[in-house]
Amino acid sequence: MKCDFCDKKATVFLTQLVGGKMEKVCLCDGCAKERGVTDPTGFSLAEVLLGGAPGSPGPVPAGQVAVKTGGGKTCPSCGFSLEDLQRVRRFGCSDCYRTFSAEVGQMVQGMHKGTSHAGKVPEGLMGMQVRQQRIEELREQLEQAIASESYEEAAGIRDEIQNLTEAKA
Amino acid sequence: MMRFSTLIKHPANWMTGGRESRGAVLTSRIRLARNLRGHSFPGWAKRGERAAALDLMRPAVEELAPMKNAFSQELGDLGPVQKQVLVERHLISRELAARGNGSAAVIERRQTFSLMLNEEDHLRMQAIRSGLQLSEAYEALSALDTELEDKLEFAFDAKLGYLTACPSNLGTGLRASAMLHLPGLVLSDKIGQVLQAVNKIGLAVRGIYGEGTESLGNLYQISNQSTLGESEETIIRRLERVISEVSMHEQNAREKLFEDDPEMVADKIGRAYGVLRHAHLIDSKEALTHLSLLRFGAILDFFNEDTVALCDTLLMDIQPAHLQLHTGTKLSPEERDSIRAEIVRSRLQSLDSPDNHSDKLEAKPESDSDNPGD
Ligand SMILES: [Zn+2]
Ligand SMILES: [Zn+2]
Repeated sequence: MKCDFCDKKATVFLTQLVGGKMEKVCLCDGCAKERGVTDPTGFSLAEVLLGGAPGSPGPVPAGQVAVKTGGGKTCPSCGFSLEDLQRVRRFGCSDCYRTFSAEVGQMVQGMHKGTSHAGKVPEGLMGMQVRQQRIEELREQLEQAIASESYEEAAGIRDEIQNLTEAKA
Repeated sequence: MMRFSTLIKHPANWMTGGRESRGAVLTSRIRLARNLRGHSFPGWAKRGERAAALDLMRPAVEELAPMKNAFSQELGDLGPVQKQVLVERHLISRELAARGNGSAAVIERRQTFSLMLNEEDHLRMQAIRSGLQLSEAYEALSALDTELEDKLEFAFDAKLGYLTACPSNLGTGLRASAMLHLPGLVLSDKIGQVLQAVNKIGLAVRGIYGEGTESLGNLYQISNQSTLGESEETIIRRLERVISEVSMHEQNAREKLFEDDPEMVADKIGRAYGVLRHAHLIDSKEALTHLSLLRFGAILDFFNEDTVALCDTLLMDIQPAHLQLHTGTKLSPEERDSIRAEIVRSRLQSLDSPDNHSDKLEAKPESDSDNPGD
């Protein structure tokens, strides 16, 4: 049997479920090692195989999302460009998320259960600032939602504000 | 600082730690990904930047109370077999093992925490516990993370949460997973439907090195895929609920199997016992397959209860790098098969034949009081 990623002989066989469908991925030694899939319990598996084999449905890995390349835009902090993203599938630094926020927005949709963070926030001053900033953003969104009579959305935003306010105490 | 040989000499705490040995869950693992603000991610950073990040993180990590006298090494200072042993023990990832200096592993003495520095993210922190203990593992690791926040400034965004090199880890940076042993569901052909149900909820399930739904060794891993949009508690609670349900299905499948077809069960377990006790050449796939059945037999009281722990330790020790470490020399695959068989035979030397528990075939397994082993 041939490797799904190149034409060498496959030696590693993985089974995983993608979107309710059983999928088999066959890899050669080299590709398995490169993708870190020879560790049966490796945490990197999910990421590595998010896209499954070529031609499979399933979620698309970050680097393969068809993003319109933003005219040679590069991250001012680290020099990373969208072309680099297509190649290495990882960002260059945390500021890249601001530089490429539009593209990140597209990518995150469908990759996760939601598009905004609902978990742990760093403690201390930094956490306070971050939380405050988020609450202000949400208040603006809430006003807009009410103005456009999207009450269901408004209720959700209100809950999120409340959670953040409670977490602060 | 702890030496490699000292670290590895003892089985990890979570390999032997007093788990409910009949349960289907072998281990629970939590991983958190964190990055430093103002530093390029390790994969993009230049050598010097990577070294600078490491110099910042390493002392902070080593000062953590639970990491006192931890094992701490740059990857370039470890030999290939040592790296591989750490991978086989799930203490570092293959990705980290492929790196050299500029990346480091800091591993707590009992191997319940391990921190990878300059892996894909600046920090990949992991806690492992035996059995189903995801919440406990998370609480412990989160405390470590909170303590680190006093010393390191992590990249965090109000909307996207913790910022990670790959967007698939954004938000909580949390990967929670459990390793399950599901021979009952596999032998009764119910594994497919159970796993599909789990997958529908958005959790990842995988059997590794297996064809179709039959994973080698009947070992499966269930983990969350989504890291953004839900709190850590929500993610973990859902996983725990699903894993408990799968365990229950496994339990029912075992009982039903034994009720419906005791002969088949006894045959499989007896054959596994025969091969493991008498093989002189055994590759890791064959060993894994039979050890899985032996473990199953122990759960069904064909062997005494210590056999479960014995199987779990063997599953670790028969892996290639563990064998090389054991013999201290480089081994060809044939030599490995021979030494593997030797280790298995010697560990199982005093394991009583399942036929001596053949009363099991007449009476179905009931409760813990029905324990023949001593
Ligand atoms: Zn290949
Ligand atoms: Zn950048």
